Order: sequence, then C-alpha cells, then structure tokens
Amino acid sequence: MHWSKTKNLMIIHMIIWFFFAYLVHWFATDLNQFRFMDFPVGYYMAAQGSLFAFVIQLFIFVKQQDGIDRECGVAEDD
Amino acid sequence: MSWFSLQGRFVDNLPKIYILYTGGFLVFVALMAALEQAGLGADTIGILFVAFTIVIYALIGWLSRTMQVDAYYVAGREVPPVFNGMATAADWMSGASFVAMAGGIYMAGHPYLAFVVGWTGGYVLVAVLMAPYLRKFGCYTVPDFIGTRYGGNTSRLLAVLVLVIASFTYVTAQIDATGTIASRVLQIPYAVGVWFGLLGILLCSMLGGMRAVTWTQVAQYIVLIIAYLVPVFWMSIKQDFGWFPQFVYGDAVARIQELEPLLGVGTLKPAQPVPGMSALTTLHATPGDSTMAAWKFVTLVACMMLGTASLPHILMRYFTTPSVRAARSSVAWSLFFITLLYFTAPALATLTKLQVLDPNLATSIIGKSIADVNALEWIQKWAAVGMLRVTDANADGILQINEFFMRADIVVLATPEIAGLPYVVSGLVAAGGMAAAMSTADGLLLAIANALSHDLYYKIIDPKAETRKRLLVARILLFGIGAAGALVASMQLTGILGAVAWAFCFAMSGLFFPLVLGVWWKRANRQGAIAGMAVGLGAGSWYLYMVKFAGMTPWIGLDDLRFGIVGASASLIAMVVVTLMTEAPDAETQAMVDEVRIPSGQTILGSTH
Repeated sequence: MHWSKTKNLMIIHMIIWFFFAYLVHWFATDLNQFRFMDFPVGYYMAAQGSLFAFVIQLFIFVKQQDGIDRECGVAEDD
Repeated sequence: MSWFSLQGRFVDNLPKIYILYTGGFLVFVALMAALEQAGLGADTIGILFVAFTIVIYALIGWLSRTMQVDAYYVAGREVPPVFNGMATAADWMSGASFVAMAGGIYMAGHPYLAFVVGWTGGYVLVAVLMAPYLRKFGCYTVPDFIGTRYGGNTSRLLAVLVLVIASFTYVTAQIDATGTIASRVLQIPYAVGVWFGLLGILLCSMLGGMRAVTWTQVAQYIVLIIAYLVPVFWMSIKQDFGWFPQFVYGDAVARIQELEPLLGVGTLKPAQPVPGMSALTTLHATPGDSTMAAWKFVTLVACMMLGTASLPHILMRYFTTPSVRAARSSVAWSLFFITLLYFTAPALATLTKLQVLDPNLATSIIGKSIADVNALEWIQKWAAVGMLRVTDANADGILQINEFFMRADIVVLATPEIAGLPYVVSGLVAAGGMAAAMSTADGLLLAIANALSHDLYYKIIDPKAETRKRLLVARILLFGIGAAGALVASMQLTGILGAVAWAFCFAMSGLFFPLVLGVWWKRANRQGAIAGMAVGLGAGSWYLYMVKFAGMTPWIGLDDLRFGIVGASASLIAMVVVTLMTEAPDAETQAMVDEVRIPSGQTILGSTH
C-alpha cells in the first residue's frame, strides 16, 4: 500500500520533471515567438522557468511524501 | 563542543552562530570599503579578503575536530535540513559554477543554458529516487550502500573504483581553480598557489572529517552567495537596470536581440583566431534551429542531471541529516540555495553583455574608437595578463564585434570593473570564487578518502581495525589524495569545464542505475550490479577515448561532454540482462529492500559500523 502510493507519486513527479527538463527545451525555438515579461519564452524557461518549477516541485513532493508516510503509519517519530 | 558561551546543544544554536558570522563578514566588507576610501591599495585588499576568509574556515575546521567514527563520516547525523541545504549548495557549486558559468552564457548564449537546467533539475532525481532511501540505509559512503545491498567485495570495489575516477577527475579541476585564484590574489607563482590552495582545503577537513566540512561549507556558502549577488545588485542599481535585475532583465535580452544584427553578431567572424580567447559570434537568446541543436541541448541536460544524482560527494551530504524526512526536505532546500546563484548567472551574463554592446550606455566599447577602448583601465589590466585582446583587423580605427577577444572565464571577475564598481567588490568576488572551489574540493577529497578508508581498508583489508587506526588511515589518505590532486592540477592537463563535465559522465555511467535499481527494483541482484558498473564504466571510458583521442566521429552528436549517455545506456542494458539471466536475490536481501522503502524503524546499518 505504502509502496504503491510512493511509486505513483514518483511517476507523477518524473513526468513533471521530464516536461520541464526536456520537453519545453526541445521546443525552445517555437516558444521564442512568444514573450513573457519581455523575455522570449524559450530562453526564459531555460534561464529561470524550469529552475523555479523544480524548486516548487520539490517542496510539494516533500509534503506529499510525508503525507503518504503518515497516512500509512510508517512516518518517523517527530 | 564549547562554542563561545551559548546555551544548550550546538545544533540548537546554529541560527544564532551563522547570523553572527554573516554580520561579522558584512562588517569586514564594510571595513575593507572604508580602508579603500582611506587609500589602501587594491592588492592589499585582495590579500586581506582571501586570507581572512581562509583563516575563518580553518578555525571552524579546528573547532570541529573529532575522534568519533560517526562524527567523522556523517557529522554525527545531526545536521538540520536548512543548514545541510546550504552545505550541499557550497559542496555543489564549484569554481566552474561560480567563475565560468556566466561567462559561458555570455559567449555561447542559449545552448550553454543546458548546464543551468541540468545542474538544478538533477536534484529532482536525488530527492525522488535516491536521498531518502540512502539515508534510511544508514551508510557512511556510497559504496557502503552498493556493497551491502548487493553483497560481496567485488561490487563494493567496483563502486569504489567509479567513485574514485569520477571524484578525482573533478577534484583536480577544483584544486586548479583555488590555485589560480590564490596565485592571482596573493601574487605567487601558480605552482605555489596550487599547494597553498590545498593547504587551505586540508585545514578544513583533516581534523574533523564530515563534521568539519559541513560547518565550513555552510560558512563558505554564505561568503560565496554574498560575493555573487552583491556585484549584480550593485551594478544593476548603478546602471539603472532596476532593483531586482533577475526578474526584469527581459527588456535587456530584447535589446541585445535588437542590437545583434546591427553589430553583426553571428555574421562578422574573426579574421584571425586568437588561441584561448574568443570573439562574440553566437546569438544571445537563439537556440540553434535544428533537431540536432535541440538534441544536443537535451542530451547535455540529461548527462548533467543523471550525473548529479550519481556523484558520491553530493549523495553523502544527505547521510548527515537526523531523519529520512529531514533528508528529503534537505534536498529541496539545497536546490533552493543553488537556484539563488543559478538564476542570477544568466542575468549577470545578459547585463554585462549589454554594457559592452549598447552604444547608449557609457560603458560600451563596441563601435568606439580603438584608441579610446585601449585607454580603459579594465581593458589594459586584463590584456596585460593575456585574458583579453583588442585588435584592429580592418584598420578602420573602430572596434568591431569580431575584433574584441577575451577568455569567457573572466566575465564574472571583470564585471565589477566594467561597471566601474570600487575594488572592494573585486576582492569580495575573489573570496567568493575561492570559497566555491574550496568547498567543492573539500567534499570531493572527503568522498574519496572515506571510500578508501571505510570501504577498502576497513571493510575489505582489515575489518578488525580499531577506531583510532581507522580514523588515522582516513586522514593519511585524505592528505595523500589531496597531494596527488595538487600534483595533477599543477600539470594543467584539461580546462576546468571539460574536467567537470567528464566527472558527471563517469559517475552516471557507473553508478546511476546500480543505485536507482538497488532501491526501486527488488529483483536486481549482485551479478547484475557488477555487470552494470563494469560495463557502464568500461563503455563510457572507451567511448570517451575513441571520440576525444582516437578521432572517431561521435555517434549522433554525442561528443566527449556527453559520453555518459553511452555509458549509462550500456550500464542499464547490462544490469537488466545479467540480472534476469541469474537468480533472484535471497529472501534476506529482499526483506532489506522492503525495509529501506519505509522511513520508520532502525537503519539497515548500525549507527557505528
């Protein structure tokens, strides 16, 4: 139970990671046609966007995994 | 530990201690600024900056001395997540990140941002796939995990081998960087500078092992982040780019894109190349418009990310947290502290480039008369040390984009001078670069020495050795490996960045899949892991040799910076095939994997082992 939930969470975060690590950069040239805060979007994603996505993603992951551990009664004592 | 007269445990007082330390450092910076106004020479300020910070690190190293095994190997497992995050960030950000990254973006534009993405996104892998499980395992070193999970001395030895190759490649680049900075600031020959740098590094780690390295790395992070951010903010305010340049440099990017066709960036090529230096010929925010360019970007990102998640000096930082939960949140904090620097680097590159290019700014040099440019102080100073060259290839007396050459590495160091900031900022940047290189070198040397002393000496050669002897061996190895690193560094075989990228590729070739599958695939067995490490390392090294030295045409654009793709693929295939062809691991091992997957309960290995 605990492990299958952990696995699902892992898969979800790997998909998000794949999106920001590879997919957006593969289409950088197309994205550069659009502008965000004056930045070409393809450039912005490589210089800032993906980085922020990773940081936010990790803090959310920490919370979610802790929630799973507590729910399944395998969390460490506080 | 008897630190000043603080109440309670040392770790409870950490915020107080480091706030005090940060305040003290800022006072020191202010004092230097005042002395500069009072007429103190630029050289003396540089020496004081570097000497003062190294003395502080050495003091912390001495105060953290220990004779306990778990304090020496894993800092007693009491480092709070936020502080471990800072220590990891310092451990992570090397001389290459601090000195070379912004310069690389300046020269190579968008394709170079693959390093920015790769060196941050790798932490998602560390948090989700690795760190919490390795912490639950309770190991001292990364080979300790491999050796216990898969069993047998062969797997342990192979893990030690991969670790030593990857980390040693990396550490020579760091000692090289400390030597370069020390020799420039202290005005001693490079060969002496290298040994001086090593002395500083060893003072931080010899006596206290991981405990000492942890607390000096936190101190080094504070110095390096202040040193990176202050010049950027200062320059931005002075040049009216706004208070938070990182968020508003979009119009600077747009302006550069507007200027590029006017100045002939990308169309005007240098008439005659200058060895070791380059003229700006790449567009700033334009990725190559081909599938190959996109492929090269994502493969470099992949190498840096998988390498991040396999580098032992990073993974071992998460062995020091008090719990599995703390290990997880510590990864998130690490990435936060790293991002502070990494999202500033492109801003720094952009603003510095704009100052050089934009004819509306007083600092610009492109399109000015050669005589005027040659009269600038920063041009003269960097040209004198062979880092920059102004030529007049078409003899029109005006500086064109293809007549201005420099080494990309100097962008961070020269930015304060280009913007006309006082010298105290340059001294601060030198101290920051020194902190970045020293902290990474410390982590790497410790990773190597610990693997050799714990896994090779204690676990394989002399399992009955007593604590005193084990820690003595660890320290002798630390000294010996440091000396070997300094010796190799003083030969100056490769550039800083090349060596760093190779280290990532070696680590991912040999360790990524054996580590991940050790937790996530219960069926993975000893034979498979041995095949995975041996074939991965072998295939990667062979491919590197063929592409770099034997003149083989790279397969689908995978050059020597990307050989990890070949190594890791071979490793995965070999590990899966061999595992499936041989017997499943015994019930005891499978139970151990189940135990690793849940945070609660005892660690697999005892607190001292």
